[in-house]
Amino acid sequence: MIELKKRVLCLAAALCLAASLLLVGCEQKETIRVFNWGEFIAEGVLEDFEEETGIQVIYSEYNTNEDMYNKLKTTSYDVIVPSDYMVQQLIEEDMLAELNFDNIPNYQYIDPQFQNTPYDPENKYSVPYMWCTLGILYDSEKVAEPITSMTAMWDPQYEGRMFMMDSMRDTIGITMKMLGYSVNSEDQAELDAAQAKLIEQRPMLLGYVTDEIKDKLISGEAYLGLAYSGEAGKAMEEKESLAYCVPEEGTIFSIDTLCVPKNAQNKEGGEKFINFMHKPDIAARNAEEMLYGIANTEGKKLLPEEITSDESLYPSDEVMARSELMAVSKEINEKNEAVWQAVMSAN
Amino acid sequence: MKPKRNIAGKVYLFLIFLFLYAPIIILIIYSFNESKFRTWSGFSFKWYIELFSDTKIMAALYNTILVAVVASLLSTVMGTLAAIGIHGMKKWPKRLIMDVTYLPVLNPDIVTGVSLMLLFVFLSIPTGRLTLILAHMSFCIPYVILSVLPKLKQMNPNIYHAALDLGATPMRAMWKVVLPEIMPGVITGLLMSFTLSIDDFIVSFFTTGPGVENLSILIYNAARKGVNPSINALSALMFVVIMCLLLIINKRTKTNVDIMF
Amino acid sequence: MNKKWYAQPYILWSILFVVVPLLLVVYFGFTTKTADGSMVFSLENFQKFFTPAYLEVFLRSLWYAFISTVVCLLLGYPAAMVLSNRNLKSQGTMVLLLVIPMWMNLLLRTYAWLTLLENEGLINQFLRFIHVLGEGESIQFLYHDGAVVFGMVYNFLPFMILPIYSVMTKLDQSVVEAAEDLGANWWHVFRRVRLPLSIPGVMSGITMVFVPAVTTFAISAILGGNKVTLLGNLIERQFGQMNNWNFGSAISLVLMVIILLSMGFMSSYEKENEGGGLL
Repeated sequence: MIELKKRVLCLAAALCLAASLLLVGCEQKETIRVFNWGEFIAEGVLEDFEEETGIQVIYSEYNTNEDMYNKLKTTSYDVIVPSDYMVQQLIEEDMLAELNFDNIPNYQYIDPQFQNTPYDPENKYSVPYMWCTLGILYDSEKVAEPITSMTAMWDPQYEGRMFMMDSMRDTIGITMKMLGYSVNSEDQAELDAAQAKLIEQRPMLLGYVTDEIKDKLISGEAYLGLAYSGEAGKAMEEKESLAYCVPEEGTIFSIDTLCVPKNAQNKEGGEKFINFMHKPDIAARNAEEMLYGIANTEGKKLLPEEITSDESLYPSDEVMARSELMAVSKEINEKNEAVWQAVMSAN
Repeated sequence: MKPKRNIAGKVYLFLIFLFLYAPIIILIIYSFNESKFRTWSGFSFKWYIELFSDTKIMAALYNTILVAVVASLLSTVMGTLAAIGIHGMKKWPKRLIMDVTYLPVLNPDIVTGVSLMLLFVFLSIPTGRLTLILAHMSFCIPYVILSVLPKLKQMNPNIYHAALDLGATPMRAMWKVVLPEIMPGVITGLLMSFTLSIDDFIVSFFTTGPGVENLSILIYNAARKGVNPSINALSALMFVVIMCLLLIINKRTKTNVDIMF
Repeated sequence: MNKKWYAQPYILWSILFVVVPLLLVVYFGFTTKTADGSMVFSLENFQKFFTPAYLEVFLRSLWYAFISTVVCLLLGYPAAMVLSNRNLKSQGTMVLLLVIPMWMNLLLRTYAWLTLLENEGLINQFLRFIHVLGEGESIQFLYHDGAVVFGMVYNFLPFMILPIYSVMTKLDQSVVEAAEDLGANWWHVFRRVRLPLSIPGVMSGITMVFVPAVTTFAISAILGGNKVTLLGNLIERQFGQMNNWNFGSAISLVLMVIILLSMGFMSSYEKENEGGGLL
């Protein structure tokens, strides 16, 4: 017993020492810290960047814009990938650095459709990375006819086989679109209508999930669910019978952007990284592997025809015209939250 | 009468273990699944092969073990000392410090996480392995104290005084008499700390820094996109290793382990 | 045993890593963020919390945590008794077997239950295979409150068994023998001797189950399909999706106060029963 105790103590001492040594890391090479969404960069791109520029990348991942936002308050990164509405919030809170476009010559390839957006009207802080739409992922063998409208999610024949999204703005927003209202509406009567719709739908749902929807459809647990197009594309690669549609009523689309935070330690390195991501071949590699919409005009030309002609990934101009970006403000958030809370506590 | 009750007891224990192990068995079986998703599509070792070339998983495993070992050992030392001290305290200071001790236990993990994050910002300590260890200690120590205190209560205080009367120094009496007496509680505390640390996700999420991921963070990041089966393979391996290791130690040094528990 | 100074490092530690961070949470709870990003004192967060929609979540969380704790106690107490039985062979191994599952990541274990319990999961498939269920039929194990309570019991059961077991093994066997010699039957020994002496373990067990059960959010997200909103989900949403740290802190503060009050209740119980209780 005494032997054992001694050994335990020695071990403890040794481990403490080892730990303290490990904590003192050593840095010599030029590095940048990149904070990206999980699985949101094509394989090998980071390595290619390191090889071309000699800059070492310290790479970490997040799952939601809010996780990233919280993390950003305490930690310095050189490149982050916030979505549209988060860019707006970060600009409002003065957390983004103005980009020096001399370091980002590849900005010339950015599709004008994704420039001068409401969240960054003067294109000062963000460079679009990729974009996607919100729509319905479904199992074509299990539904009566191809899904085209959001109203399918209220169809009693799919009761107990559907998931909405565990994301307040997305679920409420797409319901607002179905009712013919704006995603960013602050009109109480319109929001009340959406609330009533969602409460009506609740008993028919299995639940509210986010990225797990892929898994639920592949395993056959669900027949329909809300998903972003990039995720839907990945699920469709895994299971033949899956299909994706952008509701004809219009939808929410979302742009993920490349930004440099104010607290960056290597701003120039970050800008070099952004520039690298928009080399047409790199942009095409990312868009092809992630199956997200490409924002790079030259890169789009390098994509295979079967991807660019796929209406579920690149919807018609007509549907795009009916779709909206999400906007944030304290009022919209609070009104949406009240709706969400009412839906979530309905039984 | 007695043997019957023994058998009923064993059957009952077996059912409890079945309940606890059912998902683990599933997890191990599915680590041999050919498919990336949860539908069975054939037997394969490929996730085990991919596991060892996956530097991200390996780094996360290393971080998890390092943090758990360092945090649980430091917590056990500090917590045991604290318990002995608290046990000797007068009524109201004891009550006050116990209330403070309960705070991290009672607090939602997310509040512990966020509050510590705010503290690290306030003190401008860069987040990384160090903050991860500090954060884990802050929720482990109370569990050590809570495991050790009941043992101190059950202990006959006279044996300590008897040791002093027989000429032992207070230090020696503590080491030779009190410590063995409370050892089961200390070991329970250590095991609990280690377990809590390995399993923690929320607190880690808020207190780690760029590039430092532990297994839970890795799993959380991956799980929502469909669990990478290599992680299942890793868990299966860890499970088998831990199981064998503990059972062997248990067989070899039977008496010691019996004292521990 | 006057060894108060043993606790000194811990007292310092608590102030720095427990008290100060919580004061920061209090600060957030009693302020709101104005348009220009500055913080002003306000009770708005609490006013918002004490409206029916949020109170319902609060009461529901307490109720489910209570049920889970009772189930854990009913399942765990007999298990601890069997484990602490001196006639049981390989007792150490058994206790190890109890601890090992907790070393496997909680998220992974909970995901594994999905594979078993889904409508297209293994159990339903098996029931269909042996024709207990017809083609296309399934038992809905998931996506309701029962699944959430199930998940809580699964995750927290060892935390109930271990402290009770730990106290039971220390039980002075001579007391039991004395009672038996005096003619007490098994039930009397249990009721008058074993049960009262195991109360400290039961109390620790209850705290170790109830508190995490009130605040968990991963379980209701995975097994409940996010259909059941618990306090943990609410807080998580404030710090995540809603990005309203102030409201999140306020909810946490209310929760803390409630739990501290019940703790006060438990320690007054201890006073009446010398030698038992929480501490």
